[in-house]
Amino acid sequence: MVSGIVSYGVYIPRFRIRVNEIARVWGDGDDISESLQVFEKSVPDLDEDAVTIAVEAARNALQRANVDPRRIGAIYAGSESHPYAVKPTGTIVGQAVCSSSSFTAADFEFACKAGTAAIQACLGLVGSKDIDLGLAIGADVSQGAPGDMLEYTAAAGGAAYLIGREGLAAEIESFYSFTTDTPDFWRREGMPYPEHGGRFTGEPAYFKHISSAARGLMERMGTAPNDYDYAVFHQPNGKFPVRVAKTLGFSKRQIEPGLVVPMIGNTYSGSCLIGLAATLDIAEPGDRIFVTSFGSGAGSDAFSISVKERIEDIRCGAPSVRDYIGDAQYLDYAMYAKHKGKLRI
Amino acid sequence: MTTQAPRFWRSIPQRYNLKGTHCTRCNEYFFPPRNLCPNCRRGAHLEEYTFKGTGTIVTYTTIYNATEFFERLTPYVLAIIQLDEGPRVTGQIVSSPEGVKIGMRVRPVFRVLGKEGDRGIIYYGTKFAPQREQE
Repeated sequence: MVSGIVSYGVYIPRFRIRVNEIARVWGDGDDISESLQVFEKSVPDLDEDAVTIAVEAARNALQRANVDPRRIGAIYAGSESHPYAVKPTGTIVGQAVCSSSSFTAADFEFACKAGTAAIQACLGLVGSKDIDLGLAIGADVSQGAPGDMLEYTAAAGGAAYLIGREGLAAEIESFYSFTTDTPDFWRREGMPYPEHGGRFTGEPAYFKHISSAARGLMERMGTAPNDYDYAVFHQPNGKFPVRVAKTLGFSKRQIEPGLVVPMIGNTYSGSCLIGLAATLDIAEPGDRIFVTSFGSGAGSDAFSISVKERIEDIRCGAPSVRDYIGDAQYLDYAMYAKHKGKLRI
Repeated sequence: MTTQAPRFWRSIPQRYNLKGTHCTRCNEYFFPPRNLCPNCRRGAHLEEYTFKGTGTIVTYTTIYNATEFFERLTPYVLAIIQLDEGPRVTGQIVSSPEGVKIGMRVRPVFRVLGKEGDRGIIYYGTKFAPQREQE
């Protein structure tokens, strides 16, 4: 059963803070942005959260391909910053974008890869013909404690993908997942900020899981890095995806279009999916894209994607990733703290 | 804590998607929705209508001293917007006060309208943002 991406949409808040501005407040050197390869990050407006970002991204996805929302049979929203602990984000998104209530919905959480897990769930329902279209979303207003290394990269943004069988802009040829119990990053119930294992988040977590999922998929399909025109890897900072790409045999040229973290930071559940959207924004029919997400805890989902002719028809139907990146308004740390709710009134 | 959840729930279609009504007989649009056309009265043909949400700022004011619910947002702009279909609505403009002008074109955006403190429900709905250049 051929299934894949019918449409896609992204949303990135327009506010930014420069990494060097955060470093100024905490007494770290200006070289922190160079060492992270992240120069600025997106910041939500005072009235934005994972739900509002998910709705805007979903509306862009529907608008891009002029899709009738009554065709949507499932909405899965992935985030680690769902505004409610109990009350699904998917219900609010559904009410905002669907003109029918005849759909199933659930919220996903798997650190930074909940959005790709949502795509897999939609592929299952679409492939079995239980639904016509599934809406998979990854959206976050990620948190980093003041002064913590996470604060330099934790950003806000999201992407929505309409998964179906007909009118494909890109076929998802196959996917493969690799999951272990690895406590590299976590947030306990009721805690405002996540904790992490510092350097432990690297080799045993990010690199092991992405490499294993990526190699597993290529082995299963009999493909190699040079069979792909583009590649996207989860982007917690600007260094990790470049290094894992090199280790796997992908070139800088292959990952460059989807490498958005230097300009917007790590959008967590949105990260890999915004990178894929930025690649789809410039991909040509016939191009192949290799995508691997990573979620702490830990797991990776790898996808092999083939771009179809339809991409040309829908590409300009909604704002591109570069449109959002170009619409930036800068904050100082005081305004950033207000936006992020770090100031208690 | 007393929740306003039922009251909020009843207005979700209007708040999320600007659902109003349209009298196909006299071609007048209503927001919030009316179940009676004041022009056609018994002869009215009313149907549900989803407003595009695009419109023009008729006038606005900047709020510097807000109630407890909105004090984190100050300064913010409240405007009367004439929707392209005709009705006027009051809404918040997602922009700095310096960026707002009478006659400015706006588009709808989905935002948090308010919260019942840290434990209550979150009100979502439509605010307005300056229209992008290409729109």
